[in-house]
Amino acid sequence: MTSPAPIAEQREVPKPNPAAVPALSIDGVSHAYGPRRALMDVSFNVQPASFTALLGLNGAGKSTLFSLITRLFGIQTGRVGIFGHDVSKSPGEALRLLGVVFQPRTLDLDLSLTQNLLYHAALHGISRREAAVRSAELLGRIGLTERAGSKVRDLSGGQMRRLEIARALLHRPRLLLLDEPTVGLDVKARADIIGHVRQLVTEQGIGVLWATHLFDEIMAGDDLVVLHQGKVLAQGPMSRVVAEAGAQDVNTAFMRLTGAQTLPGGGA
Amino acid sequence: MSSITTRDTPRGFSAAEYMTCLTGIVWREGLRFLHQRERFVSALVRPLVWLFIFAAGFRQVLGISIIPPYETYILYEVFIAPGLMAMIQLFNGMQSSLSMVYDREMGNMRTLLVSPLPRGFLLFCKLLAGTAVSLLQVYAFLLIAWFWDITPPPIGYLTVLPALILSGLMLGSLGMLISSGIKQLESFAGVMNFVIFPMFFASSALYPLWRVQEGSPYLYYLCEANPFTHAVELIRFALYGQINWVSLAVVATCTIVFMIGAIYAYDPSRGLARRGPAGGEG
Repeated sequence: MTSPAPIAEQREVPKPNPAAVPALSIDGVSHAYGPRRALMDVSFNVQPASFTALLGLNGAGKSTLFSLITRLFGIQTGRVGIFGHDVSKSPGEALRLLGVVFQPRTLDLDLSLTQNLLYHAALHGISRREAAVRSAELLGRIGLTERAGSKVRDLSGGQMRRLEIARALLHRPRLLLLDEPTVGLDVKARADIIGHVRQLVTEQGIGVLWATHLFDEIMAGDDLVVLHQGKVLAQGPMSRVVAEAGAQDVNTAFMRLTGAQTLPGGGA
Repeated sequence: MSSITTRDTPRGFSAAEYMTCLTGIVWREGLRFLHQRERFVSALVRPLVWLFIFAAGFRQVLGISIIPPYETYILYEVFIAPGLMAMIQLFNGMQSSLSMVYDREMGNMRTLLVSPLPRGFLLFCKLLAGTAVSLLQVYAFLLIAWFWDITPPPIGYLTVLPALILSGLMLGSLGMLISSGIKQLESFAGVMNFVIFPMFFASSALYPLWRVQEGSPYLYYLCEANPFTHAVELIRFALYGQINWVSLAVVATCTIVFMIGAIYAYDPSRGLARRGPAGGEG
């Protein structure tokens, strides 16, 4: 286990200002699978209308964290809040404000695009009529209106991802989680999806938590959380994290923080 | 819409939202079923093989005396029809459990479980959806069986419906309970060997229990303790417009116990949480 840089201790203390309830607050969360500890005292916030990148290598604990936030696993230690609603205590209120795109595909391949969207809407208690209107609108936004009736199986990987994002937005969440959504996509599809999600942040004020191990997906204005071997090593605005690590770019900063030798984002 | 700004205070869920969710889950299960025609065909072929071949060969071997609910001597085919109906539901319940394991691996289960509605309700909807599918299969079987001279009184087709719903729920929740303990798809072969076959053969589906008692008292007790026996008897009596109270009590109790067990097993703070992460770790 590498020893974290001193920066790790400098956590931002969320101010208890009711006017600025964080979209997502992770507070002292630890998780273990039997003897194996996947997360250790993880704390950070995602603000509304912000793009927060959760940067970590495979195995850093990103997917575990996502499973805890979405209540697939029970929280063992700590607290997860979505707009102030505790995920363990009032899951209904918390989950209805949350949209999520999981890393593995979660669409019904044999159903049509519209059918997939209508099913998701039903799971959120959205009436059929309202769901049909929203589905059509969202399909239009992702440019798949003409494909509405075709089976999901016939879509490309990038189109499926766009559909999954549209689906996650169907119930109008204010927090969107995406777990490595661009894995396996080509350059153009990646750019499309990143562009689309950034647009959601600026235009609709959605708080986004974007888990990734690809450095080039992070931009200067983003918030950054560096997760490594279950621990948060650094967090804050990207420029500050980079500066505090005494580095020029995210790549180098990440390498200094984690002591990693080889980087998937390439080129350091 | 305006709802975005008003959501911060807890508002719970309305009855209409619950209904939308329920119909949505049943609708999706129905769609999936229609897309899997092989599943429907194999669900029908299995009992029909038993009916056309096994029963035809066996009827000379096994004499059936007059036992309730039957009022006359009956052919062996007529006797095993309710057992085969229950078998359809048994396979369907286990197959739904297979689909839950599959769903969990493929991630579809995640879509269901991140719905904001209470998890117990979601699982109950899933059970009802599976039961609805099994009803389609059973009635299709009854239609074909009618041409094979299995002709219960017309009212029986109606009175058997509540029995089928209850037995479908029991077998479905048993499947769900088992699925919560299965990690891999391959384990379904184990479910076949250790659940489906023993339950089916150690029951009153193929032979009346008094016959079993003559052969082996121990097997008889085993059959009596088997919830599947009571599902079969519940269906058998209901098909002739009668109620077998003992079976009704057993099936209802088992349904409740299995359902609570399944909901407990899928509670995030218990069952699933103990195991490793579903899908890829990262």
